[in-house]
Amino acid sequence: MESQLPAEFRVHVDHERCRKCKRCVINCSFSAIEFKDKVIPNNKQCVACHRCATFCPESAITITENPLDYKDSYNWTPEMRKNILKQADSGGIILTGMGNPKPYPIYWDHMLIDACQVTNPSIDPLREPMELRTYLGAKPESLEFEGEGENISLKTELAPQVKLDIPIVFAAMSYGAISLNAHKALAMAARRMGTLMNTGEGGLHEDLAGYTDRIIVQVASGRFGVTSKYLNNSALVEIKIGQGAKPGIGGHLPGEKVGEDISKTRMIPVGTDALSPAPHHDIYSIEDLSQLIYAIKETTDYKKPVSVKIAAVHNVAAIASGIVRAGADIVMIDGFRGGTGAAPMIIRDHVGIPIELALAAVDERLRQEGIRNRASILVGGSIRQSADVVKAIALGADACVIGTASLIAMGCRVCQKCYTGNCAWGIATQKPELVRRLNPELTADRLCNLLTAWGHEIQEVLGSLGINAIESLRGSRERLRGVGLNQEALDILGIKHAGIGQ
Amino acid sequence: MKIDAKGMHYRPMNKMIRDAVAAGEKEFELDNIGGQRYIGAGLNENVKITINGTPGNDLGAFMNGPKIIVNANGQDGLANTMNAGEIIVHGNVGDIIGYGMRGGKLYIKGDVGYRVGIHMKEYKKQVPVIIAGGTAGDFFGEYMAGGLMILLGMNSKSPLVGDYVGTGMHGGVMYIRGTVDPYHLGKEVSCLELNEDDVKLIGGYLKEYCEYFGFNFDEVMGGKFTKLVPLSLRPYGDLYVY
Amino acid sequence: MKCDGIPSGCAISGLMSEEGRRIDGSVVIKSIACMHDRSNGLGGGFAAYGIYPKRKDMYAFHMMFDNAQAKENTEEFFKNYFNVDKDEAIPTRRQKGVSNPPILWRYFLEVPENKLEFQSERDYVAKTVMKINSDIEGAFVASSGMNMGAFKGVGYPEDIGEFYKLEEYSAYIWTSHGRFPTNTPGWWGGAHPFTLLDWSVVHNGEISSYGINKRYLEMFGYKLELRTDTEVIAYLFDLLVRKHKLPVEKAVQALAATFWKDIDRMEPEQKKVAMALRQVYGSTLLNGPFSIILGHSRGMIGLNDRIKLRPMTAARKDDMLYMASEESAIREIAPDLDEVWSPRAGTPVFGKLRPEVE
Repeated sequence: MESQLPAEFRVHVDHERCRKCKRCVINCSFSAIEFKDKVIPNNKQCVACHRCATFCPESAITITENPLDYKDSYNWTPEMRKNILKQADSGGIILTGMGNPKPYPIYWDHMLIDACQVTNPSIDPLREPMELRTYLGAKPESLEFEGEGENISLKTELAPQVKLDIPIVFAAMSYGAISLNAHKALAMAARRMGTLMNTGEGGLHEDLAGYTDRIIVQVASGRFGVTSKYLNNSALVEIKIGQGAKPGIGGHLPGEKVGEDISKTRMIPVGTDALSPAPHHDIYSIEDLSQLIYAIKETTDYKKPVSVKIAAVHNVAAIASGIVRAGADIVMIDGFRGGTGAAPMIIRDHVGIPIELALAAVDERLRQEGIRNRASILVGGSIRQSADVVKAIALGADACVIGTASLIAMGCRVCQKCYTGNCAWGIATQKPELVRRLNPELTADRLCNLLTAWGHEIQEVLGSLGINAIESLRGSRERLRGVGLNQEALDILGIKHAGIGQ
Repeated sequence: MKIDAKGMHYRPMNKMIRDAVAAGEKEFELDNIGGQRYIGAGLNENVKITINGTPGNDLGAFMNGPKIIVNANGQDGLANTMNAGEIIVHGNVGDIIGYGMRGGKLYIKGDVGYRVGIHMKEYKKQVPVIIAGGTAGDFFGEYMAGGLMILLGMNSKSPLVGDYVGTGMHGGVMYIRGTVDPYHLGKEVSCLELNEDDVKLIGGYLKEYCEYFGFNFDEVMGGKFTKLVPLSLRPYGDLYVY
Repeated sequence: MKCDGIPSGCAISGLMSEEGRRIDGSVVIKSIACMHDRSNGLGGGFAAYGIYPKRKDMYAFHMMFDNAQAKENTEEFFKNYFNVDKDEAIPTRRQKGVSNPPILWRYFLEVPENKLEFQSERDYVAKTVMKINSDIEGAFVASSGMNMGAFKGVGYPEDIGEFYKLEEYSAYIWTSHGRFPTNTPGWWGGAHPFTLLDWSVVHNGEISSYGINKRYLEMFGYKLELRTDTEVIAYLFDLLVRKHKLPVEKAVQALAATFWKDIDRMEPEQKKVAMALRQVYGSTLLNGPFSIILGHSRGMIGLNDRIKLRPMTAARKDDMLYMASEESAIREIAPDLDEVWSPRAGTPVFGKLRPEVE
């Protein structure tokens, strides 16, 4: 059936400036530009990935939303109309990529941070010590010592801890969803910045073997690439129960992205859709999760912390409490704005809860139960700037996880067409000619730059808060105030409204 | 003029001194000093003040000319934003001395505390000088923009100097008599050997210093000095993006 | 009347006889008076150890009551929880600069055996202190230790000392504090020292990590009602030393933890301990500028923050240990000293009663 949908974007070429170098034509991977005596755009194909505009030496290309105005209706937005047209064309579930773009409230933007004045001095982060180091893992409630005087030694054995030089970790993005070069860039950046990356559910490519001490290996329901060797060569192991972008449903790698290498790494046939089942079929209740956690611990001789990743849903506090009691060393909570390579739009845009509220609820619940020390909390979905990291830690997180932000650092423009496998930036694709556009070393530099910049920004804020170690911010909700929030939201976040003193 | 400061609050005592200075008095001896603050603060005339007892904080703050001799330990805040003059202390002093100092000399026989010489400044011939005979705490010369500091370690106490030496330094120079583990240096600082000009420069000040406290000049100059200078005038140039 | 978030200033002084010799309060008053200008008259206080030898095995509760009803309610409460051996007004004199005192009363209490089902005596007493502070309107416990007491209120410390007739008490440890609160008028309960059982703390500075220190303590059942950041210090020591049984040197190390860069360079055994302390007790790290003098029945501890943002001078003469915000405050009461020094950042000074002393 021929589509009735109009072009989403319009590409305009300034032919007076155009040198006819054809760089735009070569770069476009969506067949949206061709050359016939002059550069001719094919608007219906354009996804606004900006590859052509970025590489045009004359800045001769502009991309705008196709100004096809509809008669205005607050209720029947153009998007609503187009979605129905799409479904009438095809009869299919609308698939999309990246995170929820709908205008739900963003609580990060309703929280403000304290600063010190007069009665308590700020600290100068440029010249004085400012510690961001964080250790992930289960901690005992207290320490036992033996001996006396000069010979006091530690009796308690701590569970394994993973060191982060900065409380920001790269999110799980599978090899399959993103390219091998992107994975390599993440691994190199993680090593250099003293943080971690995550394999996602696609297994670990052998080229990354030299970086495993900085890699979180994921065990998802599809169990792709999971072997004893995989588990033991890691910084820590993560059981993926859910993901913020698509709570309750499994991973989805369209056949377009399953080439030879993916086929080898994941051990599935070329060209099939790799659909991870929704639940782990061996986890139907909390005690099953505990069983899997300990199976992994046994396999790794208790040397690796085990993390459990869940989506933020209504009952997240109780679920998190259960997970901690089931033996997890880390709980990773992914909010409803989390990104994805591919998910049904209905799930991505309408399911889940904001990470700010989930985090506040989980941290408070674990403290009330007296078990907060038993697991570190990681949060993501979406952390867009260093201020979000600061606010997350003040609410109680041990560290933040960045997915979309790391992709953007690598060149992504969030055009949301990841599932096509045509990513012009060489990130969300497996086509060799596109993958080679992403240089792992240079891209790793960009990721390191992002973390360096955010790290400095966080230090500036800590300085103005008058503290010089991140653990003095962690969970200190007293340093946040809400604006434009109702009392319930303030209560859930556990913060006071701006204007109220101590 | 002799003043028995026992039980005197600093306000009336300093007022007495200021009035006497305005009337032409040139020399003061303050006995039984016990913590009175701001002695010599803001004085412009070249008078001499001898202090017997431990002066309170901010001795010589904003001072512009006098010579103060302290026959005991000092506390915190000496020579705060001092412009000209001399303060000579026959003992140790506390923290945050010479903060924003713009001229004059501060000679300490013993140890100095934390945050010494922060943001010292100089302009052409107006160069402040701090010389300490013992050890120093963390943040020695933090954010130094000018001036001269010398640390001697004559009492052989350890550690000679603390952490973050010269952090944020972008002007001025420091001479430390002894070796400094690079681990303790701020990242804006580099270490050099002394040349003839350096030796002449510090020799001039140290001669005077040694006379005050009875140190052996040759012994002092015989030690191995390290010179610390800033790496750049703009240490934070790369930190920002616009 | 409770007041919001009053930050802590500004002068502290402490002295101790390690041989347990008793010294009267006039000495410490002289010392803290010397630092008059660090305070603004809105708070002063003292802690004294060894002052009730005749009842040294009883809990001496120093109470502050806003009104007679609060006193009555508290005495009802005491009847249910303790045996009251003796109670009386805390002796005071009229003193210029000290006005509107609450009702000041002291009670010597013993815990009946049958009240201790599954908890220790000290847990029991600590819980009752927090219960009184949070549940009985207008009643506050100034101190609850054995053979010690806190004397505090609104006024310059030297005036408070005169008010409480401290020259009539003999103690082997005295700590004192003068305050410079920047918010609303001082509140008698908000003056230092803050105490729990026989821990007392006087503090100069502000704890910027208060938010998380408080939440951490709340996880263990502590209730922080006195809206002043200093409260967390006393409770943290109670938790770490009394309940978790950490050696006191390790508790100090948790509160003023070494920088990671220095931990990385330590010897392996030392490094293991330092790392574990920070990993497990990160929420107890006291951030922000502080000088504190902590008192307990066997000694005194002085401590600065990790980058020494507040002053502290220590000194010794014979069996005496002195600590104060300014050297002149020590010289005032001990002109000749055997040694004087500035403790390094994050490095504690310990005063200990000789083991043979009772």
